[in-house]
Amino acid sequence: MHEAKVVVTLKKSVSDPQGKAILNALHSLTFNEVQEVRTGKYFEIRLAGEDKDLLEGKVRQMCDQLLANPVIEEYSCSIEAKG
Amino acid sequence: MKCSVVVFPGSNCDSDCFHSIRDVMSQPVEYVWHKETTLPPCDLVILPGGFSYGDYLRTGGIARFSPVMREVARHAKTGRAVIGICNGFQILLESGLLPGAMLRNRSLSFRCEYVSLRVENSGTMFTKNFKKGEVVKIPIAHGEGNYFCDEKTLAGLLAGNQVVFRYVTPNGAALDSANPNGSADNIAGIINGKGNVLGMMPHPERAAETILGSQDGKKIWESLLECLK
Repeated sequence: MHEAKVVVTLKKSVSDPQGKAILNALHSLTFNEVQEVRTGKYFEIRLAGEDKDLLEGKVRQMCDQLLANPVIEEYSCSIEAKG
Repeated sequence: MKCSVVVFPGSNCDSDCFHSIRDVMSQPVEYVWHKETTLPPCDLVILPGGFSYGDYLRTGGIARFSPVMREVARHAKTGRAVIGICNGFQILLESGLLPGAMLRNRSLSFRCEYVSLRVENSGTMFTKNFKKGEVVKIPIAHGEGNYFCDEKTLAGLLAGNQVVFRYVTPNGAALDSANPNGSADNIAGIINGKGNVLGMMPHPERAAETILGSQDGKKIWESLLECLK
């Protein structure tokens, strides 16, 4: 059994209206050190199987086909064995 | 003009589109459930507005995998007409039948109001009854209609005259203040290179009868009827 963790965010070149709104809210809470906020989506995916490399390849396929939209988003993923 | 209105779980403008075609245009129309693996013989496929799959993951991001979408792509590939309205436009983008993607509205607000649109291309089967440059009044209702594409794609759309509608002021100026969602280049609707797949955020089916406040949207159905009958 493995667990993959996937983070999908908007590309740097794409504006993030939610991130901007959160940035403004943080500023109004006087967290004036905040320079930028980027929002994203987080997925935990439990996978059957022992071959980590194979499973990581599958997770990347999932990202490419469904979890992220390559026009506007990028993703990172990590995978580890779970008992 | 035989029409099919695709119904996804969460579509909510399907009956408006159906009514518009059957009762306003007096044309044959049927609903097609998204699980269908075939389309009835038809000239026009309508992907209606709504919140398919509750907008989970991304707007239109799951609906694109509905079985019927394979048939919609095939229908489009043979040169027959497809119109995606609002969520239907989002589904066309997610499925790659049109280029680009939708972001949250710049204001983060759901915008439900009449907007002024300028008809940028009146040479399409969807818009031949408009005059080029004509300003029309059609409502929008969306939270994610902020059209985005990279610069190369935008240049391609402009070069191919594929921007069909832009958000403008009532007197026809494409100003930032007339842009309700932050769309690139005030884009409200685009067409594919072949000219048979149109996606637009505004709802022509909500502006097809005087009782609704505008008949401007009806011209899209009338244009199609002349081209497809």
